[in-house]
Amino acid sequence: MAVTWAEVQEGMSIPELKKNCSTQQLVVWAAASGDFYQIHYDDGFAKNTGLSGIIVHGALKNAFLGQLVHDWIGNTGRIKKYGCSYRGMDFPNQDITCKGVVTRKFEENGEKLVELEIWTEMADGKKTTPGTATVVLP
Amino acid sequence: MSAPTEAKEPLITPEMRATIGVEGRSTTQEVDRTMVRLFARATGHTDPVYYDVDAAKAAGYRDLPCPPGFLGTPIFNPGAPRMDPTAAMGPQPSRPLRRILNGGTEIEYLADICAGDVLTSATHTSDLEETKGSIGEMLVVTSKTVYKRDGEVVAISTGKLIRY
Repeated sequence: MAVTWAEVQEGMSIPELKKNCSTQQLVVWAAASGDFYQIHYDDGFAKNTGLSGIIVHGALKNAFLGQLVHDWIGNTGRIKKYGCSYRGMDFPNQDITCKGVVTRKFEENGEKLVELEIWTEMADGKKTTPGTATVVLP
Repeated sequence: MSAPTEAKEPLITPEMRATIGVEGRSTTQEVDRTMVRLFARATGHTDPVYYDVDAAKAAGYRDLPCPPGFLGTPIFNPGAPRMDPTAAMGPQPSRPLRRILNGGTEIEYLADICAGDVLTSATHTSDLEETKGSIGEMLVVTSKTVYKRDGEVVAISTGKLIRY
């Protein structure tokens, strides 16, 4: 069930979202996003640019974080603002865990708002994509 | 944010500073059902509102809503010059910077955006900053893209590109 503002407490974690991209998913993403840079699907090309291999699109990780927040608030809440920084690379066939913690609960201009820290985490706990989100809840 | 230690001239030229705030060419993005579904599928969304129009309407949307991060698809023009991210940025730094990293992105939503919407957007550079990091000297270009539907601002995206 979608969360309501009354249920939210600062410091609480939201349900995690687990991802693990196949190279096929990266190709579907390339078509969906219009980002056809070859480092995301051509292993030889990626290695020629000095990478160890194909890397996951940053914008896909941003979309994962959007799903993390959407799945928590459902369709009765609304994302007001969200984004992330690309601090580290992620690779296909490796676990990417999306997590979030409520940092602030407040009311402003008649809206019931919640701010979160959100991020993606590699299997070793390294945060590669830290971000924030502001949502409006019923 | 340390200043360059050597007596080098700044990377950011007056010509580059003059581009701050100057709105670029307007582009059109179509939000259609097929691309909403493809974007949702590529992300791995499981909420039926992104796939099923009846589910979307039952949840209160006009049509399939844009999943977070999706702001429509630019209309492809085979006659247009190929997008060169460095050329698109106008005046160039005092020393060539050949590599680019996407530093991050943020979207502010001012309204629901749904399939059937046609958005127009224009981008401007909002900030230029030079710094030194582990990868050497870097130029951080912050740009803002304002998306409008029938003249109403529906979203503002802010992106950071790191050139080094």
